[in-house]
Amino acid sequence: MSLYILCLVLFAIGIYCLLVKKNLVKKIVGLGIAEYALNLFFILLGYKSGGEAPILSRGLTANSFVDPLPQALILTSIVIGLAVTALMAAITLRLYEKYRTFDINEIRRLKG
Amino acid sequence: MIELHVVLILMIICAIVAMEIKDLLSSVIALGAVGIGLTVEFLLLRAPDLAITQLVVEILSVIILIRATVGVKVPQENIKMRLGYFIFALVFVAVFLFFSKRAVAQLPSFGDPMMKIGSLYNSLALSKAGAANIVSSVILDFRAYDTLGEATVLFTAVIGVLTVLRASGRKK
Repeated sequence: MSLYILCLVLFAIGIYCLLVKKNLVKKIVGLGIAEYALNLFFILLGYKSGGEAPILSRGLTANSFVDPLPQALILTSIVIGLAVTALMAAITLRLYEKYRTFDINEIRRLKG
Repeated sequence: MIELHVVLILMIICAIVAMEIKDLLSSVIALGAVGIGLTVEFLLLRAPDLAITQLVVEILSVIILIRATVGVKVPQENIKMRLGYFIFALVFVAVFLFFSKRAVAQLPSFGDPMMKIGSLYNSLALSKAGAANIVSSVILDFRAYDTLGEATVLFTAVIGVLTVLRASGRKK
């Protein structure tokens, strides 16, 4: 219960950083933090106390593993997060080449 | 599970540092610290595949963001924390935590998952998919179409990066 709340606090920090900061790199950092918190929340939901990692070996029955389904889904989500970060960094670099600034207020003003 | 709390509080402190520090390079490195903390959490929560993937992805994303920020002269503007922002932050965090507390109360408690489909995968992985690693059997056999969609998203993102960053065909 307290772990869930701490995880959601981390998510709130990320969303707040995404909403309030004017710097584009800070916005990417905020989105990254929110994504990490969400991934962690799913894995927390699938944890079974006393469970083992879901790899079959001798002496373990099917009841002794943690839930493998959130792990499989989050494995996909982590890789997609990397792709999103790379795309946002590329767009940020291109904006910096054109406007010489990371500040979104400046970029909006220079558009004319 | 006190170690989970300790690492998670460390991650929250690193996230606040990454949000509030002036220097962009330091901010990116603090984001890397949050990611390494997440790797440790995955190891503690018995998800070794995720820990390996998260470590690699974290290193790659820090390298990409350092490429985006290195050599950039950011003027040292002293942004004053305006009162409106502070009130907005307080209201936002209060509303979010209020609703999340009510939502979390409906969830199964920590350490006791529902596992309606997960137990099915656990018992069928060896006989149906023939894989010792159950997570691999889920992403590559039971839910292979999800992985196909993931590959499509990755391909689209790579095309987007190449389109944005290509040097030829750009107006001078």
